[in-house]
Amino acid sequence: MKSNDIILQTAAKFVTFIIMIFSFYIFLGGHFGPGGGFVGGLLTSSALVLMLLAFDIKTMSTVIPFDYKLLIPIGLLVALGTGVGSFFFHVPFLTHAFGHFTLPIIGETELATATIFDLGVYLVVVGITMTIIQTIGESE
Amino acid sequence: MSWLHLAILSPFILAVFIPLFYKNFRRIHTGWFVFPLPAVLFGYFLHFIPMNQNGDVYTKTLKWIPSLHINFTAHIDGLSLLFALLISGIGALVILYSIFYLSKAKEALHSFYVYLLLFMGAMLGVVLSDNLIVLYSFWELTSLSSFLLIGFWYERKKSTSGAQKSLVITVFGGLSMLAGISLLYIITGTSSIQEMSSQIEVITSHELFIPALILFLLGAFTKSAQFPFHIWLPDAMEAPTPVSAYLHSATMVKAGIYLLARMSPIFSDNAVWFITVGIVGSITLFWGSFSAIKQKDLKGILAFSTISQLGLIMSLIGVGSAALHYDYLDDNFYVIALTAAVFHLINHATFKGSLFMIVGIIDHETGTRDIRKLGGLMSIMPISFTIALIGGLSMAGIPPFNGFLSKEMFFTAMTNVMEMDIYHLETWGVLFPIIAWIGSIFTFLYSIILVFKTFTGAYQPEKLAKKPHEAPIGMLISPIILASLVIVFGFFPNILAYTIIEPAMSAIAPQLVQGGERFYINIQFWHGLNLEIAMTLGVILIGILLFVTLKKWTKIYDLLPEKFTLNNLYNGLLKGIEQGSKSITSFFMTGFIRDYLVYIFSFFIVLVLGTMWAKNAFQFNFSNVAPIGVYEAILALVTVAATITTLLSKSRLTAIISLGVVGYTVALFFVLFRAPDLALTQLVIETISVALFLLCFYYLPQLKRNKKLTFRLTNFLISLGVGVVVTLVALSANSNRLFTSISEYFLKESYREAGGKNVVNVILVDFRGFDTLFEITVLGIAAFGIFALIKLQLERRNENEKQ
Repeated sequence: MKSNDIILQTAAKFVTFIIMIFSFYIFLGGHFGPGGGFVGGLLTSSALVLMLLAFDIKTMSTVIPFDYKLLIPIGLLVALGTGVGSFFFHVPFLTHAFGHFTLPIIGETELATATIFDLGVYLVVVGITMTIIQTIGESE
Repeated sequence: MSWLHLAILSPFILAVFIPLFYKNFRRIHTGWFVFPLPAVLFGYFLHFIPMNQNGDVYTKTLKWIPSLHINFTAHIDGLSLLFALLISGIGALVILYSIFYLSKAKEALHSFYVYLLLFMGAMLGVVLSDNLIVLYSFWELTSLSSFLLIGFWYERKKSTSGAQKSLVITVFGGLSMLAGISLLYIITGTSSIQEMSSQIEVITSHELFIPALILFLLGAFTKSAQFPFHIWLPDAMEAPTPVSAYLHSATMVKAGIYLLARMSPIFSDNAVWFITVGIVGSITLFWGSFSAIKQKDLKGILAFSTISQLGLIMSLIGVGSAALHYDYLDDNFYVIALTAAVFHLINHATFKGSLFMIVGIIDHETGTRDIRKLGGLMSIMPISFTIALIGGLSMAGIPPFNGFLSKEMFFTAMTNVMEMDIYHLETWGVLFPIIAWIGSIFTFLYSIILVFKTFTGAYQPEKLAKKPHEAPIGMLISPIILASLVIVFGFFPNILAYTIIEPAMSAIAPQLVQGGERFYINIQFWHGLNLEIAMTLGVILIGILLFVTLKKWTKIYDLLPEKFTLNNLYNGLLKGIEQGSKSITSFFMTGFIRDYLVYIFSFFIVLVLGTMWAKNAFQFNFSNVAPIGVYEAILALVTVAATITTLLSKSRLTAIISLGVVGYTVALFFVLFRAPDLALTQLVIETISVALFLLCFYYLPQLKRNKKLTFRLTNFLISLGVGVVVTLVALSANSNRLFTSISEYFLKESYREAGGKNVVNVILVDFRGFDTLFEITVLGIAAFGIFALIKLQLERRNENEKQ
């Protein structure tokens, strides 16, 4: 039985992008406003879940052929790597650095290694949420 | 490593090779490989005698754990040498005997000799160690090897239960001794006996002195089978007879006596020592000899006889400690008690060893040890009879054997007790000679029973399993040697006096010979007509009278019902402990998580409230409380209402949704309290968890009816208690702020140090990034856990479907 949820599917396509962009905004702005890797990750996965609800697991896995479980170790490695990286500069584990740079197009921006760490958090959160939901969804 | 250390360790080394000998030389009895070692050791120890006679000691140290002051120091003085000679000498004889006693074909000889060698080495270690920790190690090794030897015939239930009993009791004593050693170490800072002896003043004036003394006494009493710890020894008679002869008459049971003698320079100038050792020894002497008479098993008689004789030696050591009370040697009348103790120690080893071997021979040749079935063996086994007669009469204290001499000295010592003017002995001290005399009568009686009930009277071949005949000569050599020693020591006691007893005495009571004096001991065979001779005559007369009328008065043994015996008490105690712990465990380990939560929460309430009460923490100060706004009040009301709904709701769905309400209200609280990050996260997480709850709800089995939570008073009280306690703690903590918060630093330095204006995020990823690292690890583990749980379940379900 195939139900016709064309409105949902169409709306989901648009809304997903809006949520995605919002989640990136929240993630990147975490150092200055509310947000950060955790909430950003949760929002990204909620966008993906919306897609899941509008379509189904099979469609999702053909559109995004990616194993979300992989995101967990990748995210952990990124976070750990940030920490280990501080050893190359003879400072204690997880010492962060930041600086102000002038980038093309964007202009003067503050770049901080803490953001890379936050990226790790972000990836892990997306990974675990998607893993849990997909696993439970696939089970009967 | 000196020769002395090698001598102590040689039995262990040989024990390693015994299984090899057993495997490769099946035609030769393994005992022949063992026999030379104790013989050589005996010769080696003999050559220390001249040195000891000059009053010298021999000490060699092998470093073991120097940082803890534990070194394997071997020390030879008169006392250790006496024991070392006993151990190696009787060890050699017992091994010779066991070669003929144990069958090459039927028995597991390799285990037997390994255990026996372990025991011999451990025993040598006990008597030759100067360090108490090393002594303790060897001490426990004797318990362990004795356990193995008693349980040698492990298919028999009695053997294993006897072994277990002896292990429980002796290890109990051993551990007490370890506690005593620790106390002495605390007092003196050393575990060497020699160094302790130089600090006697420090030890005796210390408050831990009496506890240490009592703990040492417990160790000695359990090992030496003193009342009321004697009950393991009769049960240990299930061991092979060579073991009984060696361990349970000559060596191991004397380890306790050795310990007392060894520690007596430190402990003995004290009323507690005198009274405890003296009285326990006397009671044991009486009880052992009294109980020996009702035994029907020859080894049972000998076991109780050993207990009684050990009690005799023990009481002599106790009484002998009075000698130290008088600091002069000349005319010191009380020295004779110590002399008697040492002399009787040697005598007992000789005659008891021979008697055990003879009993073993009887068992071996007739197939029974039951005294009711035996009789009239005199003409069939004349050599055994002669040896038994010598040993028995010596044990009874009849001239001209050595037991007579030590018994006379025993009487002298005990009658002297009355004349002491210490510890109020002039009044109650009269009990000592009376108990000694009564004990001696019973001793005479059981010795007579042992010899004459077995060898004279009616011969009953129909009751015997085998046709009896005289033992092979190899089996008789050892008892013959021991019996000859009984006679030699009886006629020429002074060959022992100068060589062994005097140095041993100097080791037991060094205080008396400090001024360059030495003991002069002359054991006289005949010392004139005196009280002691009269007492001995009385013993013999009454003993014979009792023997003749034995049948008429043995009914008194039935007066004491089985219920009130010490064995019954011990069994009841063990059973009680087992059942008690079982019932306690099954009382509180119910298997219901609800019960365990009740314990956890009750303890939480009791501990926290108790601590707050003890520390006087009920101080509430509301001066730094912020004003409560309208929004907070509304949100609080909503939370309370949602909580009550959750608790009282009839359906699960309502509970889940009201729980969601609580969660979203908390998010609103975060908004109110200006925590935007928390509010964001809380909103998303609450949504996800409510979704998961709904999922769980959906999959609940159909059988469950929607039922309201039943009310239980305990649960209500405990949850109320936990709530109140947590509230009190929160209020109290809020009222007692000791330090200003660290958050000022974060607020000030967040942008300057970390380049971020969101302080919460900066703390999470920068100041405290380490925590975050592990939190995301936890999340990862949870995700993989869920994945694994569900996938594994799916696979299992698939498997079930295939089947």
